[in-house]
Order: sequence, then C-alpha cells, then structure tokens
Amino acid sequence: MAEERRQKQCSVVLPTESMKAMAESIGVGQLQEESCVALSEEVSYRIKEIAQDALKFMHHGKRRKLTTSDIDHALKLKNVEPLYGFQSQEFIPFRFASGGGRELHFYEEKEVDLTDIINTPLPRVPLDVSLKAHWLSIEGVQPSIPENPPPAPKEQQKAESTEPLKAVKPGQEEEGAPQAKGQGATSAESKGQTCKDKGLVRMKPRSTHELSVEQQLYYKEITEACVGSCEAKRAEALQSIATDPGLYQMLPRFSTFISEGVRVNVVQNNLALLIYLMRMVKALMDNPTLYLEKYLHELIPAVVTCIVSKQLCLRPDVDNHWALRDFAARLMAQSCKTFSTTTNNIQSRITKTFTKSWLDEKTQWTTRYGCIAGLSELGPDVIKTLILPRLSVEGVRIKAVSEGPVVSNIDKIGADHVQSLLLKHCASVIAKTRPLPDNMDQYRADYGYLGPMLCSHVVKARAQAALQAQQVNRTTLTITQPRPTLTVTQSGLGGSVGSRTPSIIKVPSSLTLMSTRPGTPTQPSPPATKYIVMATSAGAASTQQVITLSTSQSASPITSTVPSGASTLQPLVKLESQGPGGLGGSRPLQKYIVVSLPTSASSSLENKSSMLPPSTSPISVEAGMKMDRSESPGASTQSPH
Amino acid sequence: MAAVQGGQIDPEGEKDIKTEPSNDGSGNNNANDGGVLSSSPGATSSSGTTKTLTAGAEDQQTLLAVLQFLKRNKLSESVDILRREAGLSDDADDSKVSDTAGSGLGSTVNVDAEGGDANSLLNRVTIATAAPPATAAPAPTKVPASGGEDQPDVNVVLSAYSQQGDPPLYQVYYSGLKKFIESVLDCHRAELSQVFYPLFVHMYLELVYNNHEMEAKAFFEKFSGDQECYYEEDLRILSSLTKKEHMKGNETLLDFRTSKFVLRISRDSYQLLKRHLQERQNNQIWNIIQEHLYIDIFDGMPRSKGQIDAMSGSLAGEGKRDANKAKVFYGLLKEPEIEVPLDDEDEEAENEEGKPKKKKPKKDSMGNKSKKQDPNAPQQNRIPLPELKDSDKLDKIMNMKEATKKIRLGPDNLPSICFYSFLNAYQGLTAVDFTDDSSLIAGGFADSTVRVWSVTPKKLRRVKSAADLSLIDKESDDVLERIMDEKTASESKILYGHSGPVYGISFSPDRNYLLSSSEDGTVRLWSLQTYTCLVGYKGHNYPVWDTQFSPYGYYFISGGHDRVARLWATDHYQPLRMFAGHLADITCTRFHPNSNYVATGSADRTIRLWDVLTGNCVRILTGHKGPIHALAFSPNGKFMASGATDGRVLLWDIGHGLMIGDLKGHTDTIYSLKFSRDGEILASASMDNTVKLWDSMKAFDELETDDFTMATGHIHLPENSKELLLGTYLTKSTPVIHLHFTRRNLLLAAGAYNPC
Repeated sequence: MAEERRQKQCSVVLPTESMKAMAESIGVGQLQEESCVALSEEVSYRIKEIAQDALKFMHHGKRRKLTTSDIDHALKLKNVEPLYGFQSQEFIPFRFASGGGRELHFYEEKEVDLTDIINTPLPRVPLDVSLKAHWLSIEGVQPSIPENPPPAPKEQQKAESTEPLKAVKPGQEEEGAPQAKGQGATSAESKGQTCKDKGLVRMKPRSTHELSVEQQLYYKEITEACVGSCEAKRAEALQSIATDPGLYQMLPRFSTFISEGVRVNVVQNNLALLIYLMRMVKALMDNPTLYLEKYLHELIPAVVTCIVSKQLCLRPDVDNHWALRDFAARLMAQSCKTFSTTTNNIQSRITKTFTKSWLDEKTQWTTRYGCIAGLSELGPDVIKTLILPRLSVEGVRIKAVSEGPVVSNIDKIGADHVQSLLLKHCASVIAKTRPLPDNMDQYRADYGYLGPMLCSHVVKARAQAALQAQQVNRTTLTITQPRPTLTVTQSGLGGSVGSRTPSIIKVPSSLTLMSTRPGTPTQPSPPATKYIVMATSAGAASTQQVITLSTSQSASPITSTVPSGASTLQPLVKLESQGPGGLGGSRPLQKYIVVSLPTSASSSLENKSSMLPPSTSPISVEAGMKMDRSESPGASTQSPH
Repeated sequence: MAAVQGGQIDPEGEKDIKTEPSNDGSGNNNANDGGVLSSSPGATSSSGTTKTLTAGAEDQQTLLAVLQFLKRNKLSESVDILRREAGLSDDADDSKVSDTAGSGLGSTVNVDAEGGDANSLLNRVTIATAAPPATAAPAPTKVPASGGEDQPDVNVVLSAYSQQGDPPLYQVYYSGLKKFIESVLDCHRAELSQVFYPLFVHMYLELVYNNHEMEAKAFFEKFSGDQECYYEEDLRILSSLTKKEHMKGNETLLDFRTSKFVLRISRDSYQLLKRHLQERQNNQIWNIIQEHLYIDIFDGMPRSKGQIDAMSGSLAGEGKRDANKAKVFYGLLKEPEIEVPLDDEDEEAENEEGKPKKKKPKKDSMGNKSKKQDPNAPQQNRIPLPELKDSDKLDKIMNMKEATKKIRLGPDNLPSICFYSFLNAYQGLTAVDFTDDSSLIAGGFADSTVRVWSVTPKKLRRVKSAADLSLIDKESDDVLERIMDEKTASESKILYGHSGPVYGISFSPDRNYLLSSSEDGTVRLWSLQTYTCLVGYKGHNYPVWDTQFSPYGYYFISGGHDRVARLWATDHYQPLRMFAGHLADITCTRFHPNSNYVATGSADRTIRLWDVLTGNCVRILTGHKGPIHALAFSPNGKFMASGATDGRVLLWDIGHGLMIGDLKGHTDTIYSLKFSRDGEILASASMDNTVKLWDSMKAFDELETDDFTMATGHIHLPENSKELLLGTYLTKSTPVIHLHFTRRNLLLAAGAYNPC
C-alpha cells in the first residue's frame, strides 16, 4: 500500500499539453514534443520543491492549511518573485475550461466597473485580535464551561471506567509489551511489575463538579417532561436525552433519578411512570456520546424490577403491564450486549437471576413471564439452552391453569401470556434449528402440552421466512416516511373469542405496514431496524410482539399477490391511503396491508373466507383497518413502544 | 561573511569570551567530530577518498599515517603506489607521524582482511572517516539555497559519484545484500538492516548522477517500500529527483553527501557484513560503505530492533558515540547573594523555603546559596553575565516570595490550566511568549505585527517623549512613575516593523525588551518602555524560525532556515558565535538554565547542544522521526525534553547524552513543552488541540543506568507512556502553541481559536 502510494508520488508529472498551452500563451508557437517532455519534468520537479518549502512555512505558521502566502514565501526563498494577486485565503481563483480536446485552468479576470465598487457600502471591518482567558483545567479536572469542548467523548468515558479494572487485574495484553528482546528482558519485566504495583496503589481521585445553573435548569426541565403528562413534551425530552452530546456531567443524576423513580413507583404500582422511566433508560442508552458502564449498578436493578416485579400496575387483569416487561427485557438484553465483559459478567449474572426465579415453583405468572421474556431477549442461544428444555415442564403448568379448574382470572391471563410468549420466541428458534418435517405428534412428544401449538407456529414462522426472502428479492418501493411501523394484525374470528389460543394458530394474519410520525408516543426508539408488530385479536385481549426486521423488509414491494409457490401462506398486500381519524388524529395515514391466507384446508379458513370473501376486495381491507384502529389506541397508551 | 567579521570585531568588553577563530566552519566541524580529530589525526578510509583529498596539513598527516601503517604491515607495493599518487617524498613520513598511535588502515580493502585483528579494526573504523567531512563539507555558513554560490561545492560533493558500476547490476547488488541480511541470525539482522537506507539513497543518487534515469526509477520503485516508514519524508523528496540537473542546489542531497551517515553496529555484526561483501567481491556496495557511511563499531551485544529504532530517524544517522563524550556542566549557577536589606517578611520567606522543601532541586540551588557549588555547574564566570541591576534584585525578591506560595505539584496534585485564546486571529498567530512573572503576553502574527497584552489590570504605558521628560523633576521619589505617559495607557500595544510573519518571540527576563524573529531574516529588539524597535539584527538573510533570550538576559540565540544558530548580545549588531552543523533548518532554539549552553532542534531531526564559550557542539541527540519544534530544559538543568512533528516527546539526560524517555500520546506536532517550576510535571502542547501533563519525576526516577548503558548509550526504554500520562485536556478548536508555568505553578496555555 505504502509502496504504491509512494510510486504514485514519484510519477506525478504535469501533462505535456499544459506545457504547450503555456508556451502558446507567451507566443512560442511550435514547441517540440521532446522539449515539452523535458520541460514538464523540470517544471514538475521545481513545483514539488517549492511545495515542500511552502510546507515548512505552514508548519512554522502553526497551521494545518497551506495558504498562498506560504507559496509566496517559498518562492522568495528561492529568489523567485512571488505570485502577486493570489492573496485570498479562502479559495483558489482558478477556473476550469475544456473544449477542443484541451483542458485548461485559467485565472478569471473580470472587468470591474469602478463606480460600482465606489458605490457599494463598505464591508464590515473585521474584528481585531483579542485575548480571552478561561480555565482549561482546575486541579486536573476540566470544568464544563462553554469554552471547553463537550466533556468526555464516549471512548474516554469507556477508558475511564475500564482502566481501573485493568489496573486491578494485571492484564493479559500488557504482559507481552515489556518483554523486550535480549539481555534486558528480565529487568524490564521486573520493572514493569513494579509499575503495575504502583498503579495499583495510586487511585485517581474522582471529583464531580457542581452542575452549572444552565445544567440544573436543563435537568429539571427534562426530568419533568419525561414523567409529565404532556406526551409531545416527553417526546422532545427523550429526543434530547438520546441525542445531546453534553449530558455526561448529568449522567449520575439521571441514573439516580431513574433508579429512585422505579423504586417508588413499583411500590405504588404506577405503570405509566414506570414506562416513562424505562423510556428514559432507553434514550440514555441510545445517546451515542454516553457510556453508561459506570451507572449500570443503578440502572440494571431498576430495569430488572420492571421485568420481573410481581405487580406493576393497579389492575393486573386489565392493564398491559406485559408490554412494559417486554420493553424492559429488551433494554436489559441491549445493555447485556453493550456492556457485558469478562470482568463484570453482566449477562451471566442476569441469566442466573432469571433462571433461578423461573425455576422456583412459587413464582407468580407475572414474574414468570418477566423471566422468560428477559431470557428470550438475550438471543436464540439462550432460548435454545435454557428455555427449550423446559418447555414441557412449563406446558404442564400452563395446562394446569388453562384446562384445570379456574383458580383466578389473573392466573389465567398470566398463563396465556406466558404461553404466547413462549410460542413466539421458541417458534422462531425451532424453525431455524429443527429439521423438517414439522410433525404435530413429534412435537407433542418433544415439547409436551405446547407441542402442537408450537408446531403450527413453527410452520408459520418458516412460511414467513420464505415469504420475506421473496419480498426482499424484489424491492420496488421506498417508504419516504421516516419511521415505519410494521403491524401484524391477527384478526380473530367468530368462534375463537372464547379461547384465544386456537385463534392465534388458525387465524390468517394481515400484515400492516404503517408509517408513523417521528416522535409519536408509540415510537420512542430510533428509526433503526426495529418494527413493532402488533398482534391483535378480535377479542378483548391483545398481544403485542416486537420483531426485529431488516429495513429491506419494511421496504418490501407492494404487489397484489405473492406467488404462493411452496409456501403455505398466500399473502395479499394492499396499499391504502386513509383520511384523518383513528389512531393518528388528524394526520394522514398510509397503510400497507399484507393479508396472508393459509392454503391448507381447515375449517377456520372456510370460516374466514366466508367472512372476508375475496381478500383483495377493499371491504376486507377496510375491515382489517377498522379492527386495527379500534385496538390501537388502547394499546398505544399502555405500551411503552 | 558575517561570521568571520563577527569573530574579529569582538569588542574589548567581551574579552572573557574567546575570540572566534576566523574560520568558524572548520572550527565547528572539529567539534562535530568529537575529540578524535584534534588529538590524533586519523587515517583516511580508502583509495577512493584519498584521491579526492587535496593538500592541507591535515590531509598530509593522514596520508603519512596510512603510509606508516602500510610499512609496518610490510605492504611495500601499496606504499609505493600510494606515494606515487600522493606525490610524497620518502623522507616526509617518518618525521611527523610518530605519535599517531598504531592507527591507520589499508589503502585497499583486501589488505587487512586477514590481518584484521580486533584492535586495528576498531581504530580503523572509528578514526577512518574523521577527516573527510571536514574537507568535503562546504562551509556550513554558506547559504545553501542560492544556486550560484553552491555550484563549486556541489561539484566537489558529487564528484565522488562519478565512479560507477554497471547500472543494471545495482538492483542485483542491493537485493543480494538484502537476501544476505535477511538470512543472518536474528540478533544481527536488526543492526545490519540499518545499512539499507543509506545504501539505498546513495545507490539511487549514483544512478541519477550518472544519468541512468530509468534504472534509477526502477531501483527506487523496487526498493523504496523496504525502507523504514520514518524515512518517508526524505524518500518523497528523493523520488522527485530524477535528473542530474536536479541535484544542483538540492539541500537534501547535499546533506546526504556532505555528512557521512553514522551507523552504530556491534563488532560481530560488522564482521559478518564485511566477510559477506568480500566473499562476493561486492565492491560497489563496499565502496559506498567506505566512502559515505561512518560505521561506529562497539563491543558487546548487538542492539535490538527497538533500541535501534529509538535512536535512528535523523537525516544523518545516529550521533557518533564520541560526539557525546564531552563534559557538559549542566548544573545551575550559584544564585547571587542579594545585598538588599531584606525586610522581615522576606527573611521569613527565605527561612521557610530553605527548610521544609529541600528536596526540590530548584530550591536547593536557591536554598544553599553562598554554600558550596554544584560540582556539575560551570564556573560562575565561565561566560560573562550581566551585572544585576537594582530592579533585577527586586524582581528576584519578588520571585522568591512567589516561590514560597508555589503549589507543590505531583501526580496527585495536578496544576490548574488557564487558557488564553486569541480570538479573531484568522489563523495568523505564529508565536506566543509570556514574561516570567506572567504579567505580559506577546503574540507574533503572520501579518508581520507583534502585539503585547497586559494580563494584569496594570495597563501598558509608554515613556513620555523627550521634550516632556525634560520637564520632570528627576529628584522626586516617584520619578519612575512620572516618566510614564498616562495618555497612552491601554491593554495592548502593537509593534510594527517586520516585513514578514513573525515566527519567534521572546521576552527579556527583566521585561524591558522583547525579541522577535521573522520571515524577513531579521531579529528585532523592541523596548517595552517606549514600544519602539531598538535594533534589527541582520545576518540570517533567510527566515529566522526561533529566537530566545538567555535566562540572564543580554545574550540571545536565533536560528533559522540557513541552518546556522547565532548567538548575539543585545549591544552588538553582529553575532558573537555561530553554531553550524545542522543539516537542515534550525526550527527551535533554547538556552540552558545556566546560560552556558544552547540547544537547537532542527528539521534534520537531531538536537544539538552547543557550548556558548567554545562554540563547540557537545551533544548530538537523535531519535526523533520528524522536525523538532519544541525544546525544554528541566529547571535543574539535568534533563531536556523535545517534541517534534511526529507527536512524540523524548526525554534526554544531558550529562550522559542519553535518551531516557519516549512519551507517546500526541497525534500532531508538538509546539511547546514546559517543565513545572520544580520539574515534577512536564506539560506538552500540540497542534492536536490538547495539553497533556506527564509525570516527569517518575520518568527520570525509573531510569536504569548501569555502566554498560552509560558506556554505549544503548538504553532500554520502558514502554510506560500511559503510566506517565497524568492528564489530557482538550480545547474546543484551538491548537495549543505555547505553555508557561507561573511562579506559583499555575499552567498558562495559549493558542488561536480556529473556528471551522
């Protein structure tokens, strides 16, 4: 690489045409080709020489930019008259022209009318040089004042928080460095050891600065907005937390605010506030300039509380605290991914905690749900090793609740949720790992009570994967709206109101792509790759799932039908523009609706097709829409998505 | 030449300073070659060089030494040939050379191949090349760039290239050697690899000189990638040079030719190389090694790659070991007794400082005043220093009072940094200086102006005009106050006079004067009483990159593009000393705290320490990989820090001439370095918008100094930059170009805010 570069450097020579053009410009008509070559080499060499000298002046001028005056000074060194008239520091006033196979650079000299110049008002006088003093550092600590750069870039925060660990743990990678070759190796090593010892003794004193008045005001505003009642304000505040670069100083305050807030509100079962606080955590984690490692000891307990707490809301049977658990579980997984190291072992500790309470017989359904959610968010590997083996046990438990004597409504709802959660997460993992064919009986044998349901979920998951693969292949539409939400509406059917479970399996799902305004309450997450899939059944209960899809999927084509091929689903996609009303209030809403029809013959399909006759008809879409709308508001106020 | 006159018209008042020898150039070259040359005139290396030698007492002696050696080894044929060639008579030799102890070498290479016993070989190589630089080098004071003057030199210089081998074979030769070096034992490989770069350059230049442009290009392309990355700058210059005509007036080329590239190689490695070259009859390479390289052989273990890399990188190889052997009096001068009756407070202050803080080196020298002198310090009157004025004494007292309030710095007690930003400077700020008492700040600008600000509430005032002054009552007590013109009071003053960017600036210790050096080739002395220019010191003719007052005032040093550092006294318009020896621009100049020595950093990537009294170069420090832009002495005078465009800070032990530290961390040119008043903290300021603080005490303490290291200068540098780094302070968008510790150890930094 370097060699190539160097070769290039040495071979750069002005083109001979330039020589010819210059010769013509001073009246030399026919210049021999050889002379041109010789001249161009000579001129190139001299130009390089001057450029090198000019660099010297740049260095001594303590600049990074080479200016025309540097070149003038370099010329002066060589006893060459400087180029007059190129004083401008801003731009090089050359114009480029080509034509007739020639390329030319020339200096444009316009005729200037003097009266114009005289008549134009004088430009503002540039300000004179002045001197301003500020504190760059006070006893080793840089104060955060406007004159100083925003404190501590992320790398530095990371280094600061990881360096003490390094010092404590005589590092693996440091070992090699001091071992110099030759005779000095032993002495160098022993010395390296002493250095490390010294490093151990000397701990850097931590000092926090008082927040400036502006920062205090900011903190007050932000925290009030985050937990206040105005949703628009909250969106702005969260946006600010997620993007502002200078929050490093306030991080300890924020983390305390969150942890205290969770502590208080869990006791008071204030679901809304817990959701708000979790959204704050999310925003903090999304801020690219913050490194939260130092504050995890406060944040993680708060987040885990929101995942596994027995009760998070006043009316557990009605309120959608499940969404909060899902959301918090995702936060937990994200922080595991970002901050888990061999030193702090966050992931393994968290996994242990979840597993332990899940295994406990007496654990409530709510906590159980939280543990499973927390584990399954940690990734397919965790699901495979920890959840799949326990599916049959869990199945027995669920069966006991749903088919046995009705103990309490709350338990029943809890068991339902656990079941759907398990199905959702395990299906995708099994679809990837388990070889075909998907045999109900085999599934029952392997996974017990949940087996058959799992089987159909797996089938669906496989089909969806195949469909998505196809959709990816022919991308034609780009969605201009910034944050599309992918909503899967599972419309429940007449017979399935009583027991939800079969409806999930049999009901054809319609996929709705809908784009939402940025910063809407339902969408605090950045526009990255997350799409929220809302599965709504016709019944009162609704579930929401979040699946992570790649952007290309969201931008998948809108066509009338996807060729069914081997897939068992026949999705129909319809684009519909909708007027004001419904979820978005006055904002126009565009929906992309994908309706999937299972081809397998089953009673429910017949049912369905009788209800929604030709799936391409506008009526059916309308129906799907309405359902969607009717469900959404309730969900959006509760869910932290 | 100015230098010559400068020596001759030394005034009577300066009789303590030795009168400059009329030929500065050779005088200084003597110094560069260490003591060897003067004590025992060496022998020349080979027949090739011998031919180029011209008459001159020194050369004659050299020849005679060779003859004697040949005779002793019974090589009568060679003796005859040499004698015929040199045109010497038989009887000439015996008379003179009896005292050149056993040194010398064969006129042909093969002669001592078998007879190469250890002793003669060593002598041969160390002494071998002592003479040629002195003769081949153009007088260093000559202006390198002006074409006409250079011509004869260039021809002399280049004539060595006229002998040529077969051009296409060059690649074969080089790759043959490469193959050999790659195949030797690991411990020798690193050492022998040093040969590559100089060989490569010389072979390339030979090809170019003999008009084999295509072969030269091919050679360059094939092997330039093999060279160490820190030579890239030079290679770039070299790559543009493809014709014989280009060689005229090319400074880099001249540098390379006029100075021998110095390599330090252990005896074993050298034997290996020699044997290989002789076996292969590889005369082309051997000639180059003989003529253009100076191989400094030492006994003992071959050095490791790391050790070599630490020291290499300069334009002309490493410093010779001999070059750093001279004794340097790095101790501080005794503080003069202050006769002014001290009032109680002062007494108290002094007692305080004498007792509890005795550890501090600076304090030491102040504390035991009137007691025995530091053994490493120079004689008090080694160079004449100006008498202390009353005002100076007052200032000293102030200084001591302040010193008692000084914060004791350390790793746990970092200094506060106050940053002075120059706003609206439009990238034009080129130099900054603070007064020692931190009351004034001066900036040099690209628009040729010098501006002085007062950073205390005390405004800057001019002295009244002569007419007004005559009206003043000279007997009144507040006469000093009365002479000032209240009407001129302002926070800043602008000094006009230069006709080019001002690159260097320095306050006098007594705050009465200001020096500025500029692109226009002059150094100007300004009065801070009248805010007018007093003197323009002319002599450099080319841009003057840096200037600095002596810590005792009166003297100052300047250095610039003409590669010569000049020592001036404020009351002489001609320089007192000219320090020549650098191979490229002198980029920064610093006085040693005892004023007896001057350090210069250069674009040839070396630092030289010069003795003000004798004008000799007493230290050549190599190791930087880029032009050196910052130098700083520790307050106790024992150590020095240097910073370069490569972003590294190197620490040096002046007494031993050793590199003792390598502080990595900056990512851009370092423009300023400063030790805290006690020397415990080193601050560095860089173009990368940061100020970094380093634990210099720790760096100096951890130094391992066994005898071997002392003797050979091969030091193992601990990789401890990270541990020594105490803090990094980022500015918003301001390259930091100057640092200053106040007397109370507050760190002041300055730079021009650069929006965008």
